[in-house]
Amino acid sequence: MAHKTKEFKWEKKHLLGLRELSPDEISYILDTAAGFEQISARAVKKTPPLRGKLVVNLFFEDSTRTRNSFALAASRLSADVVEFTKNDSSVSKGETLLDTARNLEAMGIDIVVIRHGAGGAPKLLSKYINACVVNAGDGYCEHPTQGLLDVYTIRKLRGSLKGLKIAIVGDITHSRVARSDMWAMTKLGAKVTFVGPPTLLPPNVEQLPVKVSYSLDDVIEKVDVINMLRIQFERIGGNPFPSVREYSHYFGLTGERMKKAKPDILVMHPGPINRGLEIESEVADGRNSVILQQVSNGIAVRMAVLFLVNQAAAQQVKQIKET
Amino acid sequence: MNPELLIKNGHVIDPANRINRICDVLIADEKFVEVGRVKKPVSNTLDATGKLVVPGLIDIHVHFREPGDEEEETIASGSAAAVAAGFTSVVCMPNTTPPIENETDVEYVHRKARKARLTHVYTMGAITKGRAGVELAEMGFMSQAGAVGFTDDGDGVQDPSVMLRALKYAQMFNTVIAQHCQDDKIAGPGVMNSGYYSTILGLPGLDPLAEEAMLWRDIQLLKKIKPGTARYHVQHISTAGSVELIRAAKKQGLPITCEATPHHLLLTEKCCAEYDTNYKVNPPLRTEKDIESLKEAIADGIIDALVTDHAPHLQSEKELEFLAAPFGIASLECSLGLYVKALIEPGILDWPGLIRLLTEKPAKIIGVNKGSMTKGKQADVTIIDPEAEYKIDVRKFRSKSRNCPYNGWLVKGRVEKTIVGGEIRFSAED
Repeated sequence: MAHKTKEFKWEKKHLLGLRELSPDEISYILDTAAGFEQISARAVKKTPPLRGKLVVNLFFEDSTRTRNSFALAASRLSADVVEFTKNDSSVSKGETLLDTARNLEAMGIDIVVIRHGAGGAPKLLSKYINACVVNAGDGYCEHPTQGLLDVYTIRKLRGSLKGLKIAIVGDITHSRVARSDMWAMTKLGAKVTFVGPPTLLPPNVEQLPVKVSYSLDDVIEKVDVINMLRIQFERIGGNPFPSVREYSHYFGLTGERMKKAKPDILVMHPGPINRGLEIESEVADGRNSVILQQVSNGIAVRMAVLFLVNQAAAQQVKQIKET
Repeated sequence: MNPELLIKNGHVIDPANRINRICDVLIADEKFVEVGRVKKPVSNTLDATGKLVVPGLIDIHVHFREPGDEEEETIASGSAAAVAAGFTSVVCMPNTTPPIENETDVEYVHRKARKARLTHVYTMGAITKGRAGVELAEMGFMSQAGAVGFTDDGDGVQDPSVMLRALKYAQMFNTVIAQHCQDDKIAGPGVMNSGYYSTILGLPGLDPLAEEAMLWRDIQLLKKIKPGTARYHVQHISTAGSVELIRAAKKQGLPITCEATPHHLLLTEKCCAEYDTNYKVNPPLRTEKDIESLKEAIADGIIDALVTDHAPHLQSEKELEFLAAPFGIASLECSLGLYVKALIEPGILDWPGLIRLLTEKPAKIIGVNKGSMTKGKQADVTIIDPEAEYKIDVRKFRSKSRNCPYNGWLVKGRVEKTIVGGEIRFSAED
């Protein structure tokens, strides 16, 4: 693979979040992903770097897209994949997360891809087990591979994120995507605005490296990229807005609203889409939509992440042996 | 009859009696006989030269987990931790399993304490049956059995009509109603202070308003209470807003007191940044601004007692996700050093000021005849080496639990001897 970032050495054996990554590290993952993207276009969609390695998809929350994307990414790198799905958010009952992970480790896993309802769960794992830990979404803290595939998609289409204006719209409070996007996009030089009702903006949002607006109409005409978040009914308590109807009226991306947007605006959505709620079908399926490209790019980005953490782990073992 | 005990030549600090000088303390028959220059020879003499000799320390907010969670702490293990930390009296919180909610429960705590025979163990009773916040528990019978106050600690009494009833009913018994101020509707599922850190860590926040809203409400209720009949005590205050509310209520002459913990004086929300569950505590660690405000309140005499809110938990429980781990810090055993670090070293208080908040004033809150060296009182004494520096080592704790974020901290102020009822119950090694 041709890496644009010369003489850079990736040293992290876990990918826990994008907040802790440097701009160089993020760029390096994207460059690595660009190399892997070509593999998916080949007739034989496999490459051997993770041959003989065992990847576990440890998912404590529902997921189809992310779980399958990681499974595909791992298998394209020739790893073996074990699915461990536990749709049990009652984390305080039964086997603890650590015990589950220690048991899996006893079975000889190399990489744990974890999705969990509690912010910080991947960090907890990384402190106690030797395997690589890749965060596939923790509570509403981070979803780093989603953030990476979002910036990958933008970079691919626009060349760079530097100076781009990006709006992230919707339930910011409960969105791990918003947080990972914010870290990745701002680190790569974009200007991010969070758009949503005050009841869906997190505490002390003014301390984050973003602008905040309550009006999609004010923002839409100025931005180069718009990322529409799904309303996470499963995480929202109470009723932060009076009705779906009223929410859509103010924050839905409609065909009408799109008329005010720049003609080449990129429309993104992390999925799954609530059609007619945060985004109208004609926009989701329209010519500005890059939603399906995000999905395709996700595989390459996840291949890059699995590849890099495994490489870092191997190097660390090698260093320990040498000393 | 117990033999005499003479503590010679120590720096005696007895704030209630305005004593702050080098002198001797003579104890006989488990009671204080004299504080001054004692000329007569006593065979049983302790030389306290260079040490502070103070009334036995009192912590009116500890969780000894018995009955129900004896794997975390027992009254015996908690008592051992208490005397090692210089505490001759502690007050257990009633949020055990089952809760302390009738006279038998109160007697059970006392029986276990007598058996341990280390420190005086008092208990508060629950305000409401099952701590459910609905029906009053039998405050009268519990008071008769020796309960030193009432609280649903761990939870606040949510229903204002129930809280008003509790304050009114308590007027019969001249007792204290203590509140863990937390409006559950505002608090929601919060696990740490609501703010920048909760946002970037993706954890639900506990808004300071949850504490302040209930405190404000209770202060309004308190205006319905006849002076001199019942008292209201605010447990573990954590926010600058709470300080202001209490300051104003005291100015109005309302019968209100409050307490603060070492962690709310030393640690901030930033400590949670690595998801270390030893920093998960309720009320949560707040901000520098709140710490400043609490310290100012201590300097101004607004805060009446220092308490640890010693909340032991198993390591296996604390090794959970931050969201799932229980709230609580076990700090009883290292608390004196923490108070020195938080209050004496920065010059907020001098030693007499600190000792007052650990003796005279908390004794007054719970209405027990303790906290001073007045002649005839039961002889509880703590001897402290104020200059001795040591490293906190949780492995040496007598407490059953280790959920203490201060492990490895270097602190000053070591307890040398703890004397309960004239008997030496703890001596530092070496």
